[in-house]
Amino acid sequence: MNLTLKVWRQQNTKADGKFETYQVKNISHEMSFLEMIDVLNEQLIVEGAEPVAFDHDCREGICGMCSMYIDGKPHGPWQANTTCQLHMRAFKDGDTITIEPWRANAFPVVKDLMVDRSAFDRIIQAGGYISVNTGNAVDGNSLPINKDKADAAFAAAMCIGCGACVAACKNSSAMLFLSAKVSHLALLPQGEPERKSRVMNMVAQMDKEGFGACTNTGACEATCPKEISLTNIARLNQEYLAASITSN
Amino acid sequence: MLNAKIPAGPLETKWNEYKGHCKLVNPANKRKLEVIVVGTGLAGASAAASLGEMGYKVKAFCFQDSPRRAHSIAAQGGINAAKNYQNDGDSVFRLFYDTIKGGDYRAREANVHRLAEVSTNIIDQCVAQGVPFAREYGGLLSNRSFGGTQVQRTFYAAGQTGQQLLIGAYQALERQVALGNVKMMARHEMLDVVMVEGKARGIIARNLVNGELERHFGHAVLLCTGGYGNVFYLSTNAMGSNVTAAWKAHRKGAAFANPCYTQIHPTCIPVSGDHQSKLTLMSESLRNDGRIWVPAKQGDTRKASDIPEEERDYYLERRYPAFGNLVPRDVASRAAKERCDAGYGVGTSKQAVYLDYAAAIERYGKIEVSKQGNDHASAEEIIALGKQVVKEKYGNLFDMYSKITGENPYEVPMRIYPAVHYTMGGLWVDYELQTSLPGVFALGEANFSDHGANRLGASALMQGLADGYFVIPYTLGNYLADEIYAKAISTDHPAFADAEKAVSDRINTLMNIKGKQSVESFHKRLGKIMWDKCGMARNEEGLKQAIAEVQALKAEFWSDVRIPGSINEMNPELDKANRVADFIELGELMCKDALNRNESCGGHFREEYQTPEGEALRDDANFMYVAAWEFAGESNWNLHKEALNYDVIKPSQRNYK
Amino acid sequence: MTWKQVFSTSVGNKLIMALTGIFLILFLVIHAALNACIWAMDGGEMFNKGAHFMGSNVVPRILEIGLFAGFILHIVQSYKLTIKNKKARSVGYEVDYGNRGSKWYSRSMALLGTIVLLFLVIHLTDFWYPNRSNQGFLLGEEINLYLKMQDTFSQLWVVIVYVAGCISLGYHLAHGFQSAFKTLGVHNKRYHIMLSSLGLGFSIVIAVLFALMPISFYMGWV
Repeated sequence: MNLTLKVWRQQNTKADGKFETYQVKNISHEMSFLEMIDVLNEQLIVEGAEPVAFDHDCREGICGMCSMYIDGKPHGPWQANTTCQLHMRAFKDGDTITIEPWRANAFPVVKDLMVDRSAFDRIIQAGGYISVNTGNAVDGNSLPINKDKADAAFAAAMCIGCGACVAACKNSSAMLFLSAKVSHLALLPQGEPERKSRVMNMVAQMDKEGFGACTNTGACEATCPKEISLTNIARLNQEYLAASITSN
Repeated sequence: MLNAKIPAGPLETKWNEYKGHCKLVNPANKRKLEVIVVGTGLAGASAAASLGEMGYKVKAFCFQDSPRRAHSIAAQGGINAAKNYQNDGDSVFRLFYDTIKGGDYRAREANVHRLAEVSTNIIDQCVAQGVPFAREYGGLLSNRSFGGTQVQRTFYAAGQTGQQLLIGAYQALERQVALGNVKMMARHEMLDVVMVEGKARGIIARNLVNGELERHFGHAVLLCTGGYGNVFYLSTNAMGSNVTAAWKAHRKGAAFANPCYTQIHPTCIPVSGDHQSKLTLMSESLRNDGRIWVPAKQGDTRKASDIPEEERDYYLERRYPAFGNLVPRDVASRAAKERCDAGYGVGTSKQAVYLDYAAAIERYGKIEVSKQGNDHASAEEIIALGKQVVKEKYGNLFDMYSKITGENPYEVPMRIYPAVHYTMGGLWVDYELQTSLPGVFALGEANFSDHGANRLGASALMQGLADGYFVIPYTLGNYLADEIYAKAISTDHPAFADAEKAVSDRINTLMNIKGKQSVESFHKRLGKIMWDKCGMARNEEGLKQAIAEVQALKAEFWSDVRIPGSINEMNPELDKANRVADFIELGELMCKDALNRNESCGGHFREEYQTPEGEALRDDANFMYVAAWEFAGESNWNLHKEALNYDVIKPSQRNYK
Repeated sequence: MTWKQVFSTSVGNKLIMALTGIFLILFLVIHAALNACIWAMDGGEMFNKGAHFMGSNVVPRILEIGLFAGFILHIVQSYKLTIKNKKARSVGYEVDYGNRGSKWYSRSMALLGTIVLLFLVIHLTDFWYPNRSNQGFLLGEEINLYLKMQDTFSQLWVVIVYVAGCISLGYHLAHGFQSAFKTLGVHNKRYHIMLSSLGLGFSIVIAVLFALMPISFYMGWV
């Protein structure tokens, strides 16, 4: 099939960007979306133009690096999917596809479709861990964990940190990302000692990074490639409330 | 040249002896010692975090936008540990034995035993970090079985074990970043090691965002940069996975060991066309319940569902009754290739075999109805319940398959074919994980040490974390204890300036070629040469051709590659060109190593050396050694042999029948 | 951690929205119940008694101050948050997110709230201000609110404005009710489903009930 692509081009963080329109031909339905971009880039290189820069690495939907806002949807039209796992079956001949980077001030554009998501790393640095030095651990089975809780913790821990939740949120809020980590660690007995300080510090860091506040619209949940539940945000709120009521 | 520094004494006491006698660095001195860690996968993140906790000043580098993206994240199936929680006869010795045997007797006994010893600590450490491993209803950890073993020792977190373990290590790393013990440099790529008076004292790294070259000092350099499977272009590795950091160390003097040992994973989604940019693995755990078959008739074009049971050939169960579908990876891969080459392949390309879940769905369905006490369940009810169980166990893998292929694996058997997955070879290291270049250490997949000629499933995660959490904190201390008098060297030192200039010259050369062909097209051609002639099966003639072809490709690359853009900006094409240039050189060495090894073992299968039944035929008398290649100028290497001594295990023909 | 700190983070801001929101929801219940007295079919006697009590007794008058405080806090905080949220994305998208996974009214709380606010101003000018200015502390003659309603709702455009206000309020509540409880941390699935259904029912009942009042007068049902 033949497609028209409208792609955001921006030389670097400081430069102004604009949309460029390109044509790609003979795209097969079996290609992945990024392979289609590869075709475009090969074409641009042959023409002597600069290829489109975009983040991608594992191309199997787990590293969280790919990040394209395709036709108004982070990671494109499929549910529970990353850009790299989107296949061209989702489109038809003659379609025009608009591709934009994640938009949020906390995610400045690095180049073209690449954005800087180091804000997420700094949120984790603020408390998204359990403080246990190597060698301090007791036997793995010394502390049985209720299976439902373990499963819920796993469901939250599945977050790949891609930032689609922020991209989808009308407020550019990072609450789904944040709440996934807070929930993961709050649900496990190992996370108990730092439970209160963790949520407070991580929320403070999120605010500092310039993300918006959550208004529970649910756009993040619907977009999340790993289907992280909005319930986690409510759990974070409870953790926050409990921590603030009981703090000294 | 090669001294493996294996401690004396009985095998099971070596590591304890070493730990009891290695030199230590006192806390005040640790603060003065700087360590560079390149790569933030399981090995890198765990090493950087552990060393930071101990008090060293650590700088960690990764080329991705965040350390959490490293490709360890893609490991699906699980991590082995000799916990014996299942009471099925597991022990440190058995894990050690299985790993040595699985590696086709080409690994070092002492290293592997240490790996088996610390495997149990890894699970404890990860649980303490909050890694959400799968659990039983009683709240205790769950296990599953994996290829090449007869016990259940694999710990897992659904189909995302690698992700969960990496996030655990990443969080530990970020904690150290927050505490100021580790400085994280994301979107940086190491482009050379800086040697001062015979010891590694830093690296030259390129900031991928603005293209600037940076000098970084360190008392030691740890390369945790993963494997080189992308030399084949198509592999299950991430797009960015590369050999560059290891290759730079190699060119500076670190020997590269057993480069020809590559693991071809039997269960990957087959190639769909020329556009293919990477291959996707379907976890080996699928072989627990799935049955692999091809039509018994050559060139059968019927749909899978139209082929009756008696006209199917469950060739793994037929050939290897004892292990059946759970034979080690190299064996399963070759068996699939053998069937396809003989004309029994399925799908449009005929380069695929079926992985069928129908029997498992029925089996689980029956268990479910009997749990419900329903003796009169219809076949549909059984199937529906069975599908639910399978969905719970493998749902994410099945979803991934259907997204990529557009087929529903609950209804039709999956099509699978082997693909390059892991490289057992890597930088040669001694017992302390130090390469032959003083001060440069290699951890995880980047080194060669623990998997011999073939890695067993769920052992890569184990090795990465063992090296990072439990080995390097001791062995690096032993090295650094002698470095406490070495003051930090200014990055204005001539060695830094020279190294930076060499890197900068090479980048300028690449940019000024201004040829006609894209980097990608060269990479694809390299991959094709390697896959066809140095892939699942190799022979002398093909390897000789491959060497000539790779050399020709190298010349063409350096005269006709086109890299758009400029140096001082984000330029992914330039990054890729740097990597592909190194892959080309490595490709040549791999072929030379494969040509040198006149035997078949593990992932290295030479067609000239096989048993009458088509199994790999080792030659222990002549090849029971590690082939460590020392760089001696372009297209020129010296071979050093490290003899492998088996004191405890008696090597035998591997038998999975 | 001080209370000021607790309420000044983005989650704390949301807590203020939720707490004041729930307070205002309680007010709506009382307001609706009292106004429902118009349907007593007694020519407004019961309704006027209720109105008199609310206007003259000291307890509701004190609560009224709290009510105003709640309103002001809810409104001021929401505008502050909206501005902050808008600022978090200074370059917008070419193609809008569309409808996946979020309801239009969830994404339009500020707009709906503004309509409700405008309506509220009209509403207060129509009834509250004339009533209070003739009552209690100003010692004027108390007006007959029932007749005042009858008079006001005899004009079609006023009825339309009121019905529009009620619809906006309904949608505002449809999101606000359940969202408030999420913000307060209700994550248990069972309770969440319960509160969501309750919230949806509540917003419909409140919107219909209030809308029926001007309609009833206009149509001459009372």
